[in-house]
Amino acid sequence: MRTITSLKGTSFSILLLAALIIVFLPFLVSSYYVGLAIQVFIFTIFAMSLDILVGHTGLPSMGHAAYFGVAAYATGFLCLAGIKNFWVGVILGMGSGGLTAALFGLLAIRAHGPYFMLITLALSQVLWGIAFKWRSLTKGDDGLPGIGRPEIGMGIDLKPDLYFYYFTFAIFLIVLVALFVLLNSPFGYTLRGIRESESRMKALGYNVGLYKYLAFVFAGVFAGTSGVLWVYYCGFVNPSNLGVDQSVKGLLMLILGGSGSFFGPGIGAGIIVLLENIVSGLTERWSLILGIIYVIVIMFFSEGLSSIVKRGH
Amino acid sequence: MAFWIIQTLNGLSFSMLLFLIAAGFTLIFGLMKIINIAHGSFYLLSAYIGLTILRTTDSFLLAVVTSSVAAFVVGVAMQSLFLRRFYMKELQQVLLTFGFVLIIADLCLWVWGGNPMALPKPSLFRGSIWIGNVVFPSYRLLVILVGVIIAVGLWIFQEKTKFGAIVRAGVDDEEMLRGSGINIQRVFAGVFGLGALLAGIGGIIGGPIVGVFPGADLSMLLLALVVVIIGGIGSLKGAFVGSLFVGLVDNFGKALFPELSMFTLFAPMAIVLAIRPTGIFGKMEE
Repeated sequence: MRTITSLKGTSFSILLLAALIIVFLPFLVSSYYVGLAIQVFIFTIFAMSLDILVGHTGLPSMGHAAYFGVAAYATGFLCLAGIKNFWVGVILGMGSGGLTAALFGLLAIRAHGPYFMLITLALSQVLWGIAFKWRSLTKGDDGLPGIGRPEIGMGIDLKPDLYFYYFTFAIFLIVLVALFVLLNSPFGYTLRGIRESESRMKALGYNVGLYKYLAFVFAGVFAGTSGVLWVYYCGFVNPSNLGVDQSVKGLLMLILGGSGSFFGPGIGAGIIVLLENIVSGLTERWSLILGIIYVIVIMFFSEGLSSIVKRGH
Repeated sequence: MAFWIIQTLNGLSFSMLLFLIAAGFTLIFGLMKIINIAHGSFYLLSAYIGLTILRTTDSFLLAVVTSSVAAFVVGVAMQSLFLRRFYMKELQQVLLTFGFVLIIADLCLWVWGGNPMALPKPSLFRGSIWIGNVVFPSYRLLVILVGVIIAVGLWIFQEKTKFGAIVRAGVDDEEMLRGSGINIQRVFAGVFGLGALLAGIGGIIGGPIVGVFPGADLSMLLLALVVVIIGGIGSLKGAFVGSLFVGLVDNFGKALFPELSMFTLFAPMAIVLAIRPTGIFGKMEE
């Protein structure tokens, strides 16, 4: 049975090494890579939030970008209305992500397997359609530009990428700890029980529907957090942040890194962010190349990179 | 009165276009449980190919045949070369089809550019017809007619032919079907191709009404998703009723409450999901 690894031995030393590299990274590489690292943090949060559903509860959500995008749009509107305080933004973002998930969860959670995938996909694509067509509010496909970095007071200026890097890292750590506690609590064990056998958990007297629903809402809240960070980082949000492209990207990260594991989402997010940036820097036809890469990844690596390492042993 | 007649006919012609796309989607899902995100890409590809043929030969019939055959070939290739290896691994299949969305969309952008284009109507149907005291474009009536003919054809195919019986048996119990000596992979490839063919016909028939543009693939996918969720996934009858419903609601929504038209899709879908999660004609999950 796959569970979250307890942090002992090698895992702990890997973590320590990773923390050291992260802290000193801005002094080792150029600012371009600092930007990439920020993106990796943000998408790791996104992938981890999706993994609550996919890896831990066994719910293959196809519409996870909805909560990321709703939070990004909500924070974007707030910012363009002149309210730049980070704490207001992040509470609004997490709240709107969670509320959207609470609404969609009511409609989707009763369905199973491919039906669940279909419904989550449809719900998120409807949001995409609204953002795409409601030009007076969302500027449609052009997206909302000019969303600045937030203010957090305390004399810290988040405009330079360097400071925003450490800021994102701090938020990332908070989310990491929160998720670690959540998924290693009795609640987390119940979710994995549901993943292994829903009927058995029902027979044991667990309110399976309620647990699944709560996991769905939690996942939405954390996805919202990543959406807020994203819009503050790149200052821009457009309908593709809500749509199937982004949802699929999250799933690919989990497939590549291995879902239901502690390091998986981070590894997957790192690979996908790097790939996207490298490919889009090389050629104008990056979307075509990415499509081909996606197909290759699924055809040959769909059991996750970690499975290849295991096969090697 | 004229307003209601025109809007109803407009809605019906859009409904029939939706049916062509949703029927293929629902057939594929019903048999193989594949959520084909690339379904709208067949629309896109077929409409663009049709556009090129119409510009060079001006023969609408040739354009219909070529572009829908192209969609069929791409569909069969997708199933038998790629998706086949991931039978009943829904997540892998969905992600694979998304890879094809990116590939087809970018190839189309490369070849045909990013400007929205409308396909020319066939020369016989460029005019209008008087219905009582209402003038209505004859092409839209043709679309309604084609949609009804294909719906009837699909019904006959599914209920009266041997291949249709095999497909129905596969939907109910795919293992038994295998056991009775049917080459299931050929059935899968055939049904996937048929679904792609239908979306392809949708692309060439819908091109003169809806047009073709980057993003048309995902827009059409969204409409197909709403249709099958309302009508019930896996059911042709559901796809037909769902298409009628969505086409008419969408059209009247746009005409009567333009500022709310974004929600005319969402609201009915949410209501259906809340009351009957499997859609109007969907089977209850086991």
